[in-house]
Amino acid sequence: MFSKKIRRARFVLILIALAAFLLTGCGSGTQIRLQGAGATFPNPLYQKWLSEYGKQHPNIKIDYQSIGSGGGIKQIQARTVDFGASDSPMKDEDLKAAPGEILHIPTVLGAVVITYNLSGASQTLRFTPEVVADIFLGKIKKWADPRLKTDNAGVNLPDGDITVVYRSDGSGTSAVFTDYLSKVSPEWKEKVGSGTSPKWPVGIGAKGNEGVAGQIKQTPNTIGYVELAYAVQNKLPVAVIKNKAGNFIEPSIDAVTAAAAASVATTPEDLRVSITDAAGATAYPISSYTYILAYKAQPDAVKGKALVDFLWWGIHDGEAFAKDLRYAPLPDEIVKRAEAKINSITAGGKPLR
Amino acid sequence: MKDSDKLKFVGQWQRWLSPTGNTGDAVFRAAMFAVALLLLLIVAAMIVALASHSRLSIREFGFGFLTGREWNPIKGQFGALAFIYGTIVSSLIALLISVPLSLGIAIFLVEQAPYYVSRPITFLVELLAAIPSVVYGLWGIFVLAPFLRVHVEPNLAHWFGWLPLFQGPITGIGLLTGGVILAIMVTPIISAVVRDVLAAVPNTQREAALALGATKWETTRVVLVNGAPGIAGAVILGLGRAIGETMAVTMVIGNRPEISLSLFQPSYTLASVIANEFTEATADIYLSALIELGLILFLVTFVVNAIARLLVWRVTRRTSGVGMAA
Amino acid sequence: MISFFAGTDRTRRATSGLMTTLTALCTVVAVGILLIILSYIAMRGIGALNLRFLVDTPRPVGEGGGIGNAIVGSAVLLLLSCVVGIPLGISTGVYLSEFGGGAFATTVRFLIDTLTGIPSIVTGVFVYAVIVLPMNHFSALAGGIALALIMIPIVARTTEEMIRLVPHSLREGALALGAPQWRVTLGVVIPAAASGIATGAMLAIARVSGETAPLLFTAFGSRFFPRNLNEPIASLTVQIYNYAISPYDEWHAQAWAATLVLMTLILGINIIVRFLTRKRF
Repeated sequence: MFSKKIRRARFVLILIALAAFLLTGCGSGTQIRLQGAGATFPNPLYQKWLSEYGKQHPNIKIDYQSIGSGGGIKQIQARTVDFGASDSPMKDEDLKAAPGEILHIPTVLGAVVITYNLSGASQTLRFTPEVVADIFLGKIKKWADPRLKTDNAGVNLPDGDITVVYRSDGSGTSAVFTDYLSKVSPEWKEKVGSGTSPKWPVGIGAKGNEGVAGQIKQTPNTIGYVELAYAVQNKLPVAVIKNKAGNFIEPSIDAVTAAAAASVATTPEDLRVSITDAAGATAYPISSYTYILAYKAQPDAVKGKALVDFLWWGIHDGEAFAKDLRYAPLPDEIVKRAEAKINSITAGGKPLR
Repeated sequence: MKDSDKLKFVGQWQRWLSPTGNTGDAVFRAAMFAVALLLLLIVAAMIVALASHSRLSIREFGFGFLTGREWNPIKGQFGALAFIYGTIVSSLIALLISVPLSLGIAIFLVEQAPYYVSRPITFLVELLAAIPSVVYGLWGIFVLAPFLRVHVEPNLAHWFGWLPLFQGPITGIGLLTGGVILAIMVTPIISAVVRDVLAAVPNTQREAALALGATKWETTRVVLVNGAPGIAGAVILGLGRAIGETMAVTMVIGNRPEISLSLFQPSYTLASVIANEFTEATADIYLSALIELGLILFLVTFVVNAIARLLVWRVTRRTSGVGMAA
Repeated sequence: MISFFAGTDRTRRATSGLMTTLTALCTVVAVGILLIILSYIAMRGIGALNLRFLVDTPRPVGEGGGIGNAIVGSAVLLLLSCVVGIPLGISTGVYLSEFGGGAFATTVRFLIDTLTGIPSIVTGVFVYAVIVLPMNHFSALAGGIALALIMIPIVARTTEEMIRLVPHSLREGALALGAPQWRVTLGVVIPAAASGIATGAMLAIARVSGETAPLLFTAFGSRFFPRNLNEPIASLTVQIYNYAISPYDEWHAQAWAATLVLMTLILGINIIVRFLTRKRF
């Protein structure tokens, strides 16, 4: 009935109307939307938190995207998100570069574990800190090395070479692990140092925790470091490490919380602390906090209140979900300190809680 | 101004815009020109942005950046040579495998196969281009790398181990695996474009060759020569993909900034290191070095494309293009 | 003059037969690899594929959930990038082939070629700096533009090549009938090259539909269905990426299932585009 031209023109007009509609949106109602970005390590837990909190407060919609700790820091500095998340605390230069004061609010704890693929031995290996450092430095090259045999008397160590697998992408996990190695090995500290992208003396790089776990699973005679959840989910063996107090500790949730509890005395006021190589008797030596980063002075009172309420819920009710997902809950002391931090968040000069 | 002068002025503009004197032509030409200009500006803006953010690194390392082999973010030592090597070699391997394969596929689909066979197979080959690079990477770790480690690399070491290319420890992760994965990713692009190029060669060319008594293969050769510039364009497109691919390559190439002749050893490409370390780079000099790598990537692509275009120009100078035929 | 017909009849026929076999072999290899990859994806993902998965939003691990919002998000992003990228790409291709003699055109052509080699993350960061930072938030619009920037060089290159291949006789015939040049280009040359241009468009669509890195800094990601283009939006690739790098088997299975959905979508688009640009004469 209508000529082709008119039909086409009508179609284009409808498209334009649709586009205009999409660009402006159909009235937001009383919904409050928050955006957060950062560390991949706590992502599964935060997703659980967002879902549970969303059930109780359906008008508050919070999104969290895991783009890495560094990404979280950069986005909160740029104010493109409402809160950031990072495994390692921000450095002084980064804090100065931000347009306002940023608070570190610890949420949960995690463990970095040493995992391996040993053809012929599925037993748990025991390592001392010096042995770990020397393996990753490339000084211990073979599985049958006498230093490994001393601590692992009953294990059938194969003859082959050790292949180290490390994280090729910049990551908080690498930062925590190298921080630990720098504390226990002066040679490591001098040669390599600690950071998110260290220059590994030996080994092959895999992308992400998943990449490292996958690589180790596929290739015999490999050793590497991953977050605890990845080793457990991939059914990879986890090494037992000697801690500062001299005990061989298995990476467990309680051991991680113990590491944090043991470090409370040395935790500074702003809660930026490294708890690797912690002093306690049952402390697991390669543990770390993960933080949420938020501005002390919130620009928007409504969003700020929503954020503060969510954070309060997280460090209290949210901790209940941690253990099931293999995260270690905060020790009580730290929860109190985090409460104080949350209470200090203001909008327009007035505290939000 | 006199009316006749005004008309002359307008006339001059109109003539420049549209040599044919038609206003529709003038509008069309102006619109197309505007779009091309917009694109030029966008790309120029990208290059300028890259250059300005790498100023810090250029000032610090100068020319030595291109020849430096050390990449140590913690100590602040940056050098791009290992990445340039990895990028060029992995792309070369990818093209060496992919170009003959793609040509074979395109020739088969256009010249040999009956319509009811070529239609579905065309869809299938194009589907290879739709697989997300993350999936390629995961498949690479779980299927390709073990396969190469167990079945292919030991045989290569056995038969060709006297070449420095095939020496050293075999882990399945390295330059060769990276090159193979790139080859798989690039093949659908090259074969799809070559297929269209060959299909566009008019049948008169084929008929002429057949009339002269050529066999099927010899006819195909005539068609290939006719479509040579298009085929070169397809290869350049594929090369671009190979050089810029990040996710899949970084999962299987080993990510070790070292230069070694052996294809079994891990390596690192420019695109991979940028993707891996960009989000976590917080120090200014670190970020600047990474952005300078991006600039170098632009340069590498530029140089390789220029060489490819030069080769094509030399080859097609002597033969006439398809457009002249029929 | 090259002597094509060197060798005896028997050698020439044998070579021809050999070549037929070789080319068939190449195709078998390619299709074989595709089937291997597809079957691997299906094997790992088919368990998670069900109706609920296709309409639900993502849920924490252990509670199921789905990719409904990601499917819608990917469709929106793809549509946006096509609306921006394909016309711009085709126009540039047309300009380069029709008016492409001078220094300006050569420069544009070179720069477009260089653009194909840019890692998508660099494009993503560029769009982040130019659109997200000034707007101060992530948005679907930024994501669509980033994808469009990746599409344009592919579409432009293939369009230029395909238009070049249109025989001059077609143009000359139309011109002889008195049509102005723009009419000839729009009405005769482009339709003649339509199938080739469609290939370029399909390759570009397939390419951007599998991109993750540029979306991470522009479209960001979301757990909810999209409301407008001014907010972050979910997409299949980002969701696949997030699930694939997690430790949980359940999420891995969802990642593979989402890949199957993505590839089915692309196959569908491919079939539709091919149908619309089929040669009617």
